[in-house]
Amino acid sequence: MMNAISLGRMRDPAFTREVEERSGQDISTCYQCGNCTAGCPAGFVYDRQVNQIMRGVQLGLKEQVLKSNAVWFCLGCSMCSLRCPNNIDVARVMETLRHMARHEGDVTVPRVEKFWLSFLDTVRAFGRTWEIGTMALYMFRSLRLTTDLDLAPAALKRHKLPFIPKCAPDEGAAAAGRILARYKERARAKGVRP
Amino acid sequence: MKFAYYPGCSQEGSALDYGKSTGALCAALGIELAEIPGWSCCGSTPAHAVDTQLSAALCARNLDLAAREGADQVVTPCPSCLSNLRLAADRMKEPAFRKGVNELLDAPAAEVLPESTSVMQLIGRVYDADTLASRVKNPLSGIKLAAYYGCLMSRPADVMQFGDPENPTLMETLLSACGAEMVEFPLKTVCCGASFGIPERPLTARNSGRILELATRLGVDAIAVACPLCQMNLDLRQKQAAKAEDAHFHMPVLYFTQLMGLAMGIAPEHLGLDQLCVSAGPLLRKMDAARAAQSAKGTEAKGGKA
Repeated sequence: MMNAISLGRMRDPAFTREVEERSGQDISTCYQCGNCTAGCPAGFVYDRQVNQIMRGVQLGLKEQVLKSNAVWFCLGCSMCSLRCPNNIDVARVMETLRHMARHEGDVTVPRVEKFWLSFLDTVRAFGRTWEIGTMALYMFRSLRLTTDLDLAPAALKRHKLPFIPKCAPDEGAAAAGRILARYKERARAKGVRP
Repeated sequence: MKFAYYPGCSQEGSALDYGKSTGALCAALGIELAEIPGWSCCGSTPAHAVDTQLSAALCARNLDLAAREGADQVVTPCPSCLSNLRLAADRMKEPAFRKGVNELLDAPAAEVLPESTSVMQLIGRVYDADTLASRVKNPLSGIKLAAYYGCLMSRPADVMQFGDPENPTLMETLLSACGAEMVEFPLKTVCCGASFGIPERPLTARNSGRILELATRLGVDAIAVACPLCQMNLDLRQKQAAKAEDAHFHMPVLYFTQLMGLAMGIAPEHLGLDQLCVSAGPLLRKMDAARAAQSAKGTEAKGGKA
């Protein structure tokens, strides 16, 4: 019995309920046909496939699910939702899990989150995305300092990366900045990762 | 016809050519796009990956601006913007969600938010294939194209309302009306790898590589796209994709607006063709050759000398 896994001790039924409630999906209807996994374009980098994630949610295996890298590598293309025979919006479940993982502080692939936060930082500053700014912030945050340097010559030559950010005019930049500031404040008040 | 226009951030940066060609094409087709004054970013994937209400608030600000301008329809070229705008408008119908979003805004958003649609659907609605064909000055004859929609244009199906979510055909309709030959392209709605080119290159390189590999095998002259991120992954990142597939590609990837613009007789420099990493030169030469052959045939038929 040395290697036995006690499922009973690992299961957290409240987790199943929370995922269902937040995503608005009836996950109990998943019968493991595997359509979601078969059509997933990101499956080859996942440590657990989408159908396994769905089973994990049904079983209440909170830690295994929220710590899976799939939560971070999901592309959000919704092929899984489209092909689910039981009409489960699987992509919505994955997004819900991403939100829950962040709230728990379980960021298994930090560089993905760092990229998102870098993008949103430029939106907060200028009201619009700024590619070079996003890249610079991302490289700094992740210490992946050579990211996409191979693309720089072609991108710069074809003026694909403006050096000067475009600011949203007519108060647009400030208004977008205020939305992000209020969001951060609210998340902090709730005690979750903004 | 006048529409509230939401260009999206890419049209001012990495997809300057998409913005340029959209403007030129719509002007040629008599569709007037009035840019929403002071529009800001929809938040794209990063916002909804972080929080659904944050994403909706960034979108609602823009929809509210358009509503105050009296618009009942917002038009955007970018599928990611469109998906976010449509999802936000949909979710804002739910009172608890709306309340949460309004907390993030300077003032509560308008009760009725305008509908959003894509530039492609707008053109398809205003022009049927025959009327569009009658406007063509420089047909895309002899040009073989694969229409690649990416994932967001048609999904989620109930939100995007773009026909068959795995086999949309609008781009084929528009481009065949312009004289191009369209091939069946089974990967037309499979994801290209989105923005993961930055944090996880293999995810994008392998997915984009598969799309480029199939297009190459089908012998098309170019891939026609509608999404700034798809275009970037297939064009700017083409060498990365080739490396992942252990292949060599030379596949031009043009926005459908650039291709339609060429057909409407708009000069390549007004369509931003010089910004493509993989040159559209061979395609333009093929068009010229087909036109020369056609006019030679015409002169022959009239019995004259070329």
